[in-house]
Amino acid sequence: MKLQGVNDFVIRFANVNGSGSASANALFAKSVFRLGVPVSPKNIFPSNIQGLPTWYEVRINEKGNLGRRGGYDVVVAMNGQTLKKDYEDLAPGGYFMYDSARQLPADFARDDITLIDIPLTQICNREFEDPKLRQLLKNIVYVGALAHLFDMEFSVLTDSILSQYKKKPKLGEPNIKALKLGFEYAATHFQDTCQLKVKRSNPLIRHILMDGNTATALGAVYGGATVAGWYPITPSTSVIEAFERFSGQYRKDESGKKRVAILQAEDELTALGIALGASWNGARAFTATSGPGISLMNEFLGLAYFAEIPVVLIDVQRTGPSTGMPTRTQQSDILLCAYASHGDTRHVLLFPCDPKECFDMTADAFDLAERLQTPVIIMSDLDLGMNDHICLPPEWDDGRTYNRGKVLDGNQLESLTEKWGRYLDKDGDGICYRTIPGAHPKLGSYFTRGSSHDEFAAYTEDNDTYQRIMLRLSKKWQTAKTLVPKPHIKISDTGAGYGAVFFGTSTQASHEALETLGSQGIMINTLRLRGFPFQDEVKAFIDRHNTVFVIEQNRDGQMRTLLINECGIRPDKLVSITHFDGLPITAEHISDAIQQMLKPETPQGGAQ
Amino acid sequence: MSSPRPSFRHPDLPKNDLGYTRRDYEGAASTLCAGCGHDSISNAIINACFELSLEPSGIAKMSGIGCSSKTPAYFLGKSHGFNSVHGRMPSIATGANMANRDLVYIGVSGDGDTASIGMGQFVHIVRRNLNMVYIVMNNGCYGLTKGQDSATADRGSAGKKGRPNPFESIDLCELAIALGAGFVARGFSGDKEQLVPLLKAAIGHKGFALVDVISPCVTFNNTAASTKSYQWVRDHMEATATFDFIPPRKEITTQYEKGTTQSVTLHDGGVIHLHKCDESIDVTRRRSAIDALEQHREKGRLLTGILHINETLKDTHDILETTETRLNSLAEKDLCPGNRVLQDLMENYR
Repeated sequence: MKLQGVNDFVIRFANVNGSGSASANALFAKSVFRLGVPVSPKNIFPSNIQGLPTWYEVRINEKGNLGRRGGYDVVVAMNGQTLKKDYEDLAPGGYFMYDSARQLPADFARDDITLIDIPLTQICNREFEDPKLRQLLKNIVYVGALAHLFDMEFSVLTDSILSQYKKKPKLGEPNIKALKLGFEYAATHFQDTCQLKVKRSNPLIRHILMDGNTATALGAVYGGATVAGWYPITPSTSVIEAFERFSGQYRKDESGKKRVAILQAEDELTALGIALGASWNGARAFTATSGPGISLMNEFLGLAYFAEIPVVLIDVQRTGPSTGMPTRTQQSDILLCAYASHGDTRHVLLFPCDPKECFDMTADAFDLAERLQTPVIIMSDLDLGMNDHICLPPEWDDGRTYNRGKVLDGNQLESLTEKWGRYLDKDGDGICYRTIPGAHPKLGSYFTRGSSHDEFAAYTEDNDTYQRIMLRLSKKWQTAKTLVPKPHIKISDTGAGYGAVFFGTSTQASHEALETLGSQGIMINTLRLRGFPFQDEVKAFIDRHNTVFVIEQNRDGQMRTLLINECGIRPDKLVSITHFDGLPITAEHISDAIQQMLKPETPQGGAQ
Repeated sequence: MSSPRPSFRHPDLPKNDLGYTRRDYEGAASTLCAGCGHDSISNAIINACFELSLEPSGIAKMSGIGCSSKTPAYFLGKSHGFNSVHGRMPSIATGANMANRDLVYIGVSGDGDTASIGMGQFVHIVRRNLNMVYIVMNNGCYGLTKGQDSATADRGSAGKKGRPNPFESIDLCELAIALGAGFVARGFSGDKEQLVPLLKAAIGHKGFALVDVISPCVTFNNTAASTKSYQWVRDHMEATATFDFIPPRKEITTQYEKGTTQSVTLHDGGVIHLHKCDESIDVTRRRSAIDALEQHREKGRLLTGILHINETLKDTHDILETTETRLNSLAEKDLCPGNRVLQDLMENYR
C-alpha cells in the first residue's frame, strides 16, 4: 500500500556534506513554501566541512504543524555511507529515490516501499561538460524529478531559480536545464508512481521563510546596535555574519564609512568584554555565542551584573556538555544562563520561538538591557537559529524611539539639586542613574568596578553597605519582572487538571501534541514562557493545575528546576517531558510521554 | 577604603592652558604601601596630563585587577574609570574605544595582569592597534597576593621569600615590537624626568602605545637579589636616547646639531627629538629595536626610553573603516532603517 495524500508528508534528503546539496534542497523547500503550503525544513548536519553524512528533512503540512514530525515518507538517498539506514528507516509505503548509477545491493529487499531509480550521474555526464557542474547539478536534477512526482507547479521552481540567479543569468541556465531533465525523466519513467502530492494552497499569505539568526541580526540592526564583539562558534556565527551583511546595506554614512564596529575577538571572554566596554561607554553593543562561549563569559557576566552594565548576549544553544554535538540542537543552557557567574547573580532571559520573535526580542533586548542596566540573554537554539521557519514578517513602528533607560546627560547633571550617586536608588525601583564618560566636563564621573562599592561608587568593604547594594539588586530583579515579556497563556478548559509549560523551539511540537491529546479528550492548558524572571502569572498558572508538564529539550529538566526554585513550586507537581538526542523535539514524543504518564496503572510524578 | 583628598587649593598653584591646576588631575589618596613605585607612576600620569592640558572628562581610565589596577582611583579623579576583571582590561578598552573614538584611553595594568592571565588579550590588542596608552606597572611579582613571582621576573631574580625564579621571563616590550606595536617605551618609576615625557609622547601617539614601567614592589620584591629593585634598576638602566617631547602647537625653540638628533612627528602634531646615546640603535626600525633589547639583556643591562616608534600605522577604527562620528552619539535616524526598508527586505524571504 503506497503512502498517499496531499500536502502532508515528510521527505528526507540524504547527502554528503559539501556536495552542493544544500541549495538544491532549500530550493525544494522554498518552492513548497511559495505554493502557499506550510513547510518546515530541518538541516541535520555534521561538524564537518566535507565528506560526512548530512540530512535535510522537510515536513510539509497543510494544517501548519511545523514541529519535527519524526520518520519520513520519501527519501532521496544520495549518500552511499548511509544508504542502508536511509532505506531501512523509510516508512512502510514510502518512496525511495536513488541514483541508479549504482545498483542497490541484494539485501535491499523491502517489498513495502516504492523504488524510484533515476540515472542522475548518467544524465549529468551526458548533458554537462564541466565536471564540477555535473556533480552539483545532480542535486537539481532530483529536485526536478520530485516536482513531477509530487505534481508541483513547475514554474514555481524555475521562477525560484531565476530570482536566485537574477544577477548571474548565465549560472541560472544550467540549473533550469537540470530541473527540466529531472522533471522529464520522471515524467517518462514514473508516470502516476507517487501518490503524495504538493498542491497550491493558501494558508500562507503574508508569511516569510527565514532562519532565526538572520532575524536576530536584523533585530540588532533595528535595535540600534553599533558594536559587536564575537568569536566564531557554531551555531551562532551566522548571527554576526548576517549583522555584518545588513550593516553593509544599512549602516554606511555619507562617505561610505561604517556606523558600526564589528570585531572578531581572540576568544569569547574578549567578545563579551568588547560588548561591555562599548555599552559602558554608551553604545548599544552585543555578542552572539553558544554554550561553550557562555561558560567562558561567566566571569564578565558577574561583573556586568554587579557593576550594572547593560549588554545583550545571544545564546544560540547547541548540544552539550563540553564540545558535545556542536551541530545539533538543545535547550540546555537554561540554568547556566539564569545564574551565570560566581556569587549571587541572576540574569534576564528571553525565549523566542520563531524568527519574528528573534527579531522583536533582540530589538527589545537593547531597551531592556539599558532600562535594567544588566545583561539580557536571548535564548535561541540551533534549530531556531540555523533552520528556516515560516512566520509572520517582523514589523517596525517608525514612531518608536530607543529607550536608553536612566542616563543623565550634561544638562541633567547640572540641574541636580542633590548629590548624584551612581548606585543610589532614587526611584525605589532598584534602578539607579548612570552617566556616560564625557557627558559633562566636571560632573558625573565615577569609577566602575566589580569590587564592592557604595551608593557613590566608592570602594568599600563595609559589610552593611555591601549587603544593602545586594538587596537593592534584588529589588531591581523585581522590577525586571514588570518589564520582561509576559507568558502566553491559553486556558482551553477552565476545569482542566493538567497544564503544560514550554518555550522556544519546543512550542510547535507542543501545540501539535496537545491538540492531538485534546482530540482524544485529554484537555491540557498551556503556558509558553517568553522571559525570565517569571511573573506571578507563571506561578498562578501552575497553582491552578494539579499537574503541569514541563516540556523542554535537555536531559535534566532545567526549566522545571528553575520554575521550582524561582516560584517555590512543590517538585512533584511539575512533570518533566524531556527530549535531548540533539534532534528537534517531535509532537509524537510529547504526546506519547504524556499518555504514558496518564495511564492509571503507572502513576508517576503526581499525575491524578 | 580610599579617602578623598582635602579640596583646599593654594591660590597660587600654577595653572595649565585650560586653567586647571595639578590638583584637578589628582585622585583619591593611595592605599598602596608607602614607597610603592606605582604611586610614582600615578604622579607621572598626573603630571603628564596636567602639562598636556588634557580635559579630565575627555580621558577614560581602564584597568584590570591587582595593585597596579587599583591606581586609577588615585589619579584623574574627574575622569571616568573602569576597574574591570583580571587580565581583561584590553577587551573592555577595545569596546569603550569603539563606542567613543574621541576620548583619551589610559590603561593601567600589572605584570601579572598583562603577562600571565591577560596575555591573550594583550597580544591581540597590540595586533588590533587600539588607540590607547597601555601602562604596565611592572614589579616582577604579585603584590596583592603577597609576593609570588610573575612572568616578567627575570630568571634567577629573588624576592622577599629568597627563592630564585627558575623560569624564563617575558619581555613585554620586545613582544609588543614583534607584534607590530607602533609605540613601545620602557621607563622606571624612580626616574620621573624620563617617565613624564615618555607618557606624554605615548599619549600623542595614535594607535597602541605600550609604556612598560619598572616599578619596584617595596614590600615583596625590593631585595638585593631582585632585578626589579630600586637599587638594581638604578645601577643597570641605560637609555636608548635622551629626548625632548614638544607638544602640539608649541613653538620649537631649541636647535639641534645635525646628525645627533632624530625627530619624529606624532599624529597629534607633537614632535619627539631623540638625542641618541648609542648610534647603533634606530628606534624607527623594528629589527634594530629588538636587537638593542637582546644585546642589553645579554649584557645584563636594562634598556629604557623610547624603544620603538612607527607613526604610519592604521589604528582599529581606520582598519574597520568606522565613521568619524563617535558611535555612541548615533541615534535612531542614523541607525534604524525603518519599516519600509524592512518590508521591502521581507520580499527576499517569500
